[in-house]
Amino acid sequence: MLHINCPFCGLRAQKEFAYGGDATVKRPELNKEVSKEEWDNFVYMRKSPRGKHIELWHHISGCRQWFKVQRDTATHEIFKTAKMSEEIV
Amino acid sequence: MRQSHRLNDIGLINRDKVITFNFNGKSYQGYEGDTLASALLANGVHLVGRSFKYHRPRGFIGAGVDEPNAKLQVTINGHSEPNINATEIELVDGLSATSQNCWPSVEFDIGAINNFLKRFFPAGFYYKTFMWPKSFWYKVYEPFIRKAAGLGVASLEKDKERYEHKFEYCDLLVTGSGPSGLASAYAAAKNGAKVILAEDKPRYGGTLLTDDVSIDNMSGKDWSEKIVSELKKMPNVTLKNRSQVFGYYDHNMMVMFERVGDHLTNKSKYTPRQRLWYIRAKETILSTGSIERPIVFGNNDTPGVVLSSAAKEYMKVYGVLVGRKPIIFTNNDSAYETAFEFKKNNVEPIILDTREEHDSEVVQEAKNKGIQIKFSYGVIVANGYKKVKSAKIGKLTKDKKSFESTETINCDCICVSGFWTPTVHLASQSGNKLKFDEKIDAFIPDKSKQNEKTVGAANGSFTLQETIESGFKTGSELSSKITDRNNENKIPTVTETKHNVHDKFWCMPLPKNENPKRFVDFQNDVAVSDIEIALREGYRSIEHVKRYTTLGMATDQGRTSNLNGLQMVSNIENKIVPEVGHTTFRPPFTPITIGTIVGREVGMEFMPTRKTPMHDWHEKNNAVFVDAGAWKRPRYYKQGNETLLEASKREAKNVRENVGICDVTTLGKIDIKGPDAAEFLNRVYTNAWLKLPVGKARYGVMLREDGMIMDDGTTTRISENHYHMTTTTAQAANVLSHLEYYLQIVWPELNVNVVSTTEQWAGAAIAGPKSRDMLSKLFPDLDVSNEALPFMGYIESNLFGVPARIFRISFSGELAYEVNVESNYGLFMWEKMMEIGQEFNNQPYGTEALSTLRIEMGHVAGPELDGRTIPQDVSLDGLVSKKKDFIGKNSLGKEAFILENRQKIVGLVPTDRKSSIPEGSHLVENEKAKLPNPKLGHVSSSCWSVENNNPFSLAIVNDGKNMIGKKLFAVSPLKNTSIEVEIISSHYVDPEGKRVRS
Ligand SMILES: [Zn+2]
Repeated sequence: MLHINCPFCGLRAQKEFAYGGDATVKRPELNKEVSKEEWDNFVYMRKSPRGKHIELWHHISGCRQWFKVQRDTATHEIFKTAKMSEEIV
Repeated sequence: MRQSHRLNDIGLINRDKVITFNFNGKSYQGYEGDTLASALLANGVHLVGRSFKYHRPRGFIGAGVDEPNAKLQVTINGHSEPNINATEIELVDGLSATSQNCWPSVEFDIGAINNFLKRFFPAGFYYKTFMWPKSFWYKVYEPFIRKAAGLGVASLEKDKERYEHKFEYCDLLVTGSGPSGLASAYAAAKNGAKVILAEDKPRYGGTLLTDDVSIDNMSGKDWSEKIVSELKKMPNVTLKNRSQVFGYYDHNMMVMFERVGDHLTNKSKYTPRQRLWYIRAKETILSTGSIERPIVFGNNDTPGVVLSSAAKEYMKVYGVLVGRKPIIFTNNDSAYETAFEFKKNNVEPIILDTREEHDSEVVQEAKNKGIQIKFSYGVIVANGYKKVKSAKIGKLTKDKKSFESTETINCDCICVSGFWTPTVHLASQSGNKLKFDEKIDAFIPDKSKQNEKTVGAANGSFTLQETIESGFKTGSELSSKITDRNNENKIPTVTETKHNVHDKFWCMPLPKNENPKRFVDFQNDVAVSDIEIALREGYRSIEHVKRYTTLGMATDQGRTSNLNGLQMVSNIENKIVPEVGHTTFRPPFTPITIGTIVGREVGMEFMPTRKTPMHDWHEKNNAVFVDAGAWKRPRYYKQGNETLLEASKREAKNVRENVGICDVTTLGKIDIKGPDAAEFLNRVYTNAWLKLPVGKARYGVMLREDGMIMDDGTTTRISENHYHMTTTTAQAANVLSHLEYYLQIVWPELNVNVVSTTEQWAGAAIAGPKSRDMLSKLFPDLDVSNEALPFMGYIESNLFGVPARIFRISFSGELAYEVNVESNYGLFMWEKMMEIGQEFNNQPYGTEALSTLRIEMGHVAGPELDGRTIPQDVSLDGLVSKKKDFIGKNSLGKEAFILENRQKIVGLVPTDRKSSIPEGSHLVENEKAKLPNPKLGHVSSSCWSVENNNPFSLAIVNDGKNMIGKKLFAVSPLKNTSIEVEIISSHYVDPEGKRVRS
């Protein structure tokens, strides 16, 4: 079970969180022409990298905040967690 | 009763407490502190089971977790459990055990005929034999395999025992209380670290209890007792015996299994039987020790063949002799100590040492003690069927591939030692890549992967000096990193016998013209010949050899067999072991009970039960409940002998004719506030929300980004910047997460807050033509006319002093209202409604009537909004705005979504107007067509239309628009029905929607 550092609550067990997918995906802006390809990439296409990955987690049994986690998908090592307003570089 | 093999003045058992137990129908006695194994051996019982494949007689090989054979069906307090390791379970009064995998008895087992047919049971037998024909699987092969593979029998009774889970955090977890574990726990505790020391066995000390060593002029046992008593006094230390850390998971989380009550005769009601610990440790010390491995020889599975370390443990811990005429068969020095222990107890051992004649400390000692040693000798075959009677031994030639001479000597046990295998399971589970240590012919941990350090024998250190030193050093280093304290430790002085190098020898050759089975894996009955076959048939990867032969795949995880198997493969393949590699270690290290995994989450505690404030009233009024997620909802209120169908028809009819009330508390409710709330709703829902006036509700549909409908419901504008959203019961949690996702991630610039208020409001729907009359009596001061409170209107008022929200919304298609009050007033509201409703023939109605009412109106719900439908599919395209953008809009233009013959919701009636159509039925053109019969659609919801008094269903059908008037068959292979149906409009009742506006 992972141990995740919620930027608002601190280290908590994985069972308090829900996974939310790739955090680097940006939703196309509203009311803007989007090509079919751009839209399909946004809705369906996800990379599944081995190694470092910035992803979303939701502290559903806690503060109910979404936040970013930089995790190694092979080893589960977590390098950093950050609020949505912060950048992980 | 005399225990024939019990020694008088040795052992750590409590001789004041005699325990009577039963094995295979016979009564025996042992002592408190015995395991079932030691008590049986004390009574001279070796034969405990039959082997898995060949049903060969089997006895004890080990004295702990290493035991591959002695898996028994054990009954304690009427609770029966299979596959219990007799070497691990402690003896308690009234324990009763039986052998497994034998019929009619362990002494005479019919299945042993397999042993004589063994040439038909080689490696891969199951794969080769049970391949074809496919039709044989179900009736012939499976029953055969099940019967042949019959290990124990799972109890069919409910498990009455209590199991618990516990979560713990610590600085340092030490797994194993042998010399290295005690030393590291002690050093860390002295540095002030919060330490948990886990010991699998009831007694702390590990090998210190059995090895002839001295530490600071104390015996190993006395030193371990001194350290343990000091640790017990320290508040920062938790000592746990009978506790095995069996799994090493991510982020340094260990899972431990504690046998809390298994050994207690009078445990209190709330003492759990077993407890599962989730331990998050900052650092972990793996001091799991090592396990002796056997040398492979002919009929090496005969009862009476035991590991030499086990023989010593039985003597020193339990005061039990495994035999009176022992052969010590070894390739190393450690087994000599077993010989010395026999000698000390007046038993004459003979030592067969595979090494050439040499001199060393132990050899000298043996000679001094007058013990006979035969160098370059080994056991070729054990003779005897149910018990060793003699052994054919042989002098090995220089190359050790044949014999110079052979002879047969009498014996009643063979204590075998093929050197030591570090227990690296936990290190491997943590992600540590193991490395092969040539010096000890075994794998040891390599670089630490997580915060784990392996010390002592588990790390390949086989001298006590080294072990204790590394324990103190590692415990001290790891803890001072955490506590910033550095206590000076005096490393104790150790006296131990110096051991010579062992012989890299693991399998006895066969003499000419003899072919006894030489077992590598006892539990799965894998012999040398099986591995040879696998390699001959082309299997090369050790993982494949493992699966083909089942080597190491039994519950003992190959503790005694893995390395010998690897050696075998590497010899045949002419590779070195590290090139062959090793198989993966997986948790749990030993089998644990399902009860422990489940813990307290059984029965009512399996998940929380959500009850509405009116639950007790429903219960008292004969409600039959249905689960809606965690909620309990009244399905119908039973009157007399009514069936579900009769009751739901009565309740639904009463709504259509008079008025009914329904508990709708379970609907998801989300409070939405903020200056941008309207803009937010406008983006979330497919329809327009910017112009909804205060005091009005609106029905809305929300999509996922892929265009599929996510949920529907009404949202009401309570005040300028305040909305009340309702969701379906099932989607409440998902919708909240969805809204939070968009507010926090996609549009953080929107000034909006959302919070769930599902449990803050109790809700009741009042539906039916008389609902307005009833409402006016509930709120006598309120103008509830169609003008003052029109369809989709909202008013706040008070219900006899209780603040109430009144929504004019309808799910039933009738004139209807929903009243919300604060949860604590829910029952008050409900009882008032029942009281005042009497004169209007009000009746409560449950979810079954609720469904009937919405289905015949053609209102969609969960079965239609199943995540595979877009708004057009369920005729909600009128709610899709063409002007504004919203979540999922871009997907609606997809080619597949705008096809002319796209699926669409329709209504169905059976052509006989009688047969109810099972939900989930498939719609086909020809009921008798050859399979696969093309499916044109499926039945999503079915009811008995109370308005038209015949069955009616909703269905999603291909090209639904053009199917009206056609006839199809609704077939349900599950229910074995095929019903001819006519396709009609999905709005079966009041298609113009006049009633809700009346
Ligand atoms: Zn949090």
